[in-house]
Amino acid sequence: MSSITWFESYWAGIKHEMGGKAASLGEMMGAGLPVPPGYAITTVAYASARDAGDIDAKIAHHLDGLDIRDTDDVTRRCALIRDHIRTMEIPADLERDIRTAYDVLSARSGVADVPVAVRSSATSEDSPDASFAGEHDTYLWVRGGDDVIDAVRRCWASLFTDRATCYRVEMGYDHRTVEMCVVVQKMVRPKSAGVAFTLNPIDGDRSQVAIDSAWGFGEGVVSGEITPDNFLVDKVIREIGRRIISTKECEFRLSDHDTVEKVPLDPERASAPSLTDNEIKAIAVLARTAEKHYGCPQDIEWAVDADLPDGQNVILLQARPETVWSKKVPAARASATSGDFMSSIVSTLMSPLYSRDSAGSSEKK
Amino acid sequence: MADRFPSPFDVPVPEGAEGWQELYGYSSIFSEDRREYEDSMFWFQDGVHWPQVLTPWDATLFEYAIASLSQYNTRHLLVPPANGIDYRILNGYAYLTPVPAPEAEIGARVEEFMKRAGFYFMNWDDLYGKWMVKIRDLVGELESLKIAALPDVESFEDVVESGRGVGSGYDLIDAYSRLLSLSLKLWQYHFEFLNLGYAAYLDYFGFCKQVFPNIPDLAIAKMVAGVDVDLFRPDDELKRLARLARDSGVSEAFAAGDVEATCAVLKSTDAGNSWIASFQESAEPWFNFSNGSGFYHTDKIWIENVEIPFDFIRNYINMLNDGGDLARPIEAVRAERDRIVNEYMELLTSDEDREAFQGKLGLARTVFPYVENHNFYVEHWSHSVIWRKMRTLGEIFVEQGFLTEPNDIFYLKRNEIPDALWDLYAAWATPAPARGPKYWPAKVAERKRIVTALKTVKPLPALGVPPEVVTEPFTVMLWGITSDSVNAWLGGGPGDSGGAIKGFAASPGVAEGPARVIFSADQINEIQDGEILVAPLTAPSWAPIFGKIGATVTDTGGMMSHAAIVCREYGLPAVTGTGFATSSIRTGQRIRVDGSNGTVTLLDD
Repeated sequence: MSSITWFESYWAGIKHEMGGKAASLGEMMGAGLPVPPGYAITTVAYASARDAGDIDAKIAHHLDGLDIRDTDDVTRRCALIRDHIRTMEIPADLERDIRTAYDVLSARSGVADVPVAVRSSATSEDSPDASFAGEHDTYLWVRGGDDVIDAVRRCWASLFTDRATCYRVEMGYDHRTVEMCVVVQKMVRPKSAGVAFTLNPIDGDRSQVAIDSAWGFGEGVVSGEITPDNFLVDKVIREIGRRIISTKECEFRLSDHDTVEKVPLDPERASAPSLTDNEIKAIAVLARTAEKHYGCPQDIEWAVDADLPDGQNVILLQARPETVWSKKVPAARASATSGDFMSSIVSTLMSPLYSRDSAGSSEKK
Repeated sequence: MADRFPSPFDVPVPEGAEGWQELYGYSSIFSEDRREYEDSMFWFQDGVHWPQVLTPWDATLFEYAIASLSQYNTRHLLVPPANGIDYRILNGYAYLTPVPAPEAEIGARVEEFMKRAGFYFMNWDDLYGKWMVKIRDLVGELESLKIAALPDVESFEDVVESGRGVGSGYDLIDAYSRLLSLSLKLWQYHFEFLNLGYAAYLDYFGFCKQVFPNIPDLAIAKMVAGVDVDLFRPDDELKRLARLARDSGVSEAFAAGDVEATCAVLKSTDAGNSWIASFQESAEPWFNFSNGSGFYHTDKIWIENVEIPFDFIRNYINMLNDGGDLARPIEAVRAERDRIVNEYMELLTSDEDREAFQGKLGLARTVFPYVENHNFYVEHWSHSVIWRKMRTLGEIFVEQGFLTEPNDIFYLKRNEIPDALWDLYAAWATPAPARGPKYWPAKVAERKRIVTALKTVKPLPALGVPPEVVTEPFTVMLWGITSDSVNAWLGGGPGDSGGAIKGFAASPGVAEGPARVIFSADQINEIQDGEILVAPLTAPSWAPIFGKIGATVTDTGGMMSHAAIVCREYGLPAVTGTGFATSSIRTGQRIRVDGSNGTVTLLDD
């Protein structure tokens, strides 16, 4: 029972304190899939804030005699509840814990007042109504302890949207049993970003990870606006078999007003590799780990965070199943499946397979 | 870029080497008699085994080796697409050409090949067990050859009283003829398994490339490579002796200076004497180890040049004293090999593929110990004995004034020696003056002069018209010759590839450091800690320096060359088969070796 749980400390036994989103981030971290670092402000924290702020009484007061068909009245009453939650005092020890965790995250990122995303993580399994929370409960580029505290309270307040509140009333659920966890997670500030396939998209070779990479945010790689660098890495011995460095004429980066903008690059940076060898290998390991974790070839989005230290800076943003090659039935292997091993040896000696061009020197070009 | 190499008939004779043809057998040189055939073939210089000029006698083992290889392909196994390898010597250098089987015969050869090769594969362990017995017997026979000066009077007991009926002159002539026949037998044994071993390896290799088109050659090799390989044993013995010296408190003796001084100190104590005994135990057979390819009489053999193992042991003692750990990470290598196999296996998508992979990997692992180990038994141990016996014979000729020094014997062609022996024997029998003392010294001096002149010119990498694509499996596997290397030769060097030198990605990793370019084993003591070794090729006996260097670059050799195998063992980056590294890189120049991509970058101008 603790108010703050870092993703890496997550285990299945505390899932009920975390909510779905935070639990899945914790699970990924535990599986070796590094998501942007952060922590959960658990349902325990919400419960203690609720108790200290006497919210239950306020809610009861504001909702007394509510007619959910009177939408104007619902809106007015819910706004009052949310205002109350957004402005309430948080118990001092809880507020200190939230601020301390934020400071630790800033220190780990090497950035004072590190920008974070603050979002709600509902415990939807136990209380389906809570899933309504979450429509407007994500706050990006939040900086500084005060703003984090404010965003956390806004997330809690989002339990009392008009729709969620009406639903609970209709279903006869007690507003006092609603729980909420809030996730605070570092905003990724990508030095470079892109996609990776856990197979070679050209020939379906499953021993390879193919990586497309460009400077800055991954938008340009995903949309095809930027011709990315391309790397082919062996999954098993983790050697980089092919590297094509493209001229990446622009990069997507963060503007002064926290939006992503496209900026041209000087020629030197444009033609420089957007990843180091260690980063390439780390992305390959990440992609293979995701493939093993999900049990099928994956298509992932990743970023190399500019703030995090080497060795912890390759971040998984998204993973989804690869669909093209995964559906193909592997071609029959003439020499492998037909006849005995001697026929295979004969055909090996007869076929020009082992001419260097087809056999090993792709990396020599 | 040219599309062909010079005709062997257009290659000029180096200045001062006129008449070099007389140093070699009439059938081993290019001649007008076979010009049409010889001009139609593509010849490459075998820098993997014979990078230097051959002396007349040293050509023997070259010829024995190549003809034995051919014989197994054509007459024993009927390898369907490949006949043998034809050979020539040009300006003292060894050239080879693969001879394909006639298209029309290939089909008919398949059945026989499957029967014959299949028998070997099915009974491999049993036959290999027999091979180990045969090869040890053969070394024993070689050792037992009695090559001794002819006595003034035959022994009463051994010859007269025993009723033996033949004398020492007969024995000496016979011993040389047996030395030759045992040498040929040695090379017959050598190829009893080798090509089959490579065929099974190629089949497994081809399968890996089929299921994983981009799999690095290195990964394929790593899954098969043995961990306890006899070829590493000499180095392991050095390390053992270094540890023994330290543990028994005699390591101080190695500070005494040269071998003589060290031995004097060792012999003064019981512990020292038992160390010497232990050294002698290791020496036979493990220090019958050449510091070269084993194919040259000039290669130094540890057991005859004890300062070489002593120097290595002294270095190892120093490393131990500095807190170093000499152990090869055998467990780690083994665990890594298992990891690699399991992970590729996991990536296969069907049970059929997994079954085929396991079968082929299994066969490759069955055959590979021979591929890895035979080199010690043949090129090192047996050849060491052959060179020793020949030098003993040389001493006899020196005593009789035929030669100036024992090594002069290697300036006689193998079939001239029976004539010289006859001369020596008949003169002893009569007795009467032999012609040899008037005949051979001048001839040897002239031949030495020619060899010196031949050595001043590097060999052309190839002759004649290259095939469009190099597909001959043994050429690629045994010699590392590919369409790429042929094109690089035609391009004339590394200038074409933008400053980077390309070769085989033979052992992964990246290292930077000052280069140390060495051309022969005599120079290996020049290598300093952290330097990058750049050499025409390396020999297994250089193993002790692999603990010092940062990476290796060679001119010749492929994925399975000694440099590649040893570097993988030591976890050092290696780029092999660059063609030009020793002529493009200077000692002291900083270079970056990328053994994962097969590139060498010059960092200094």
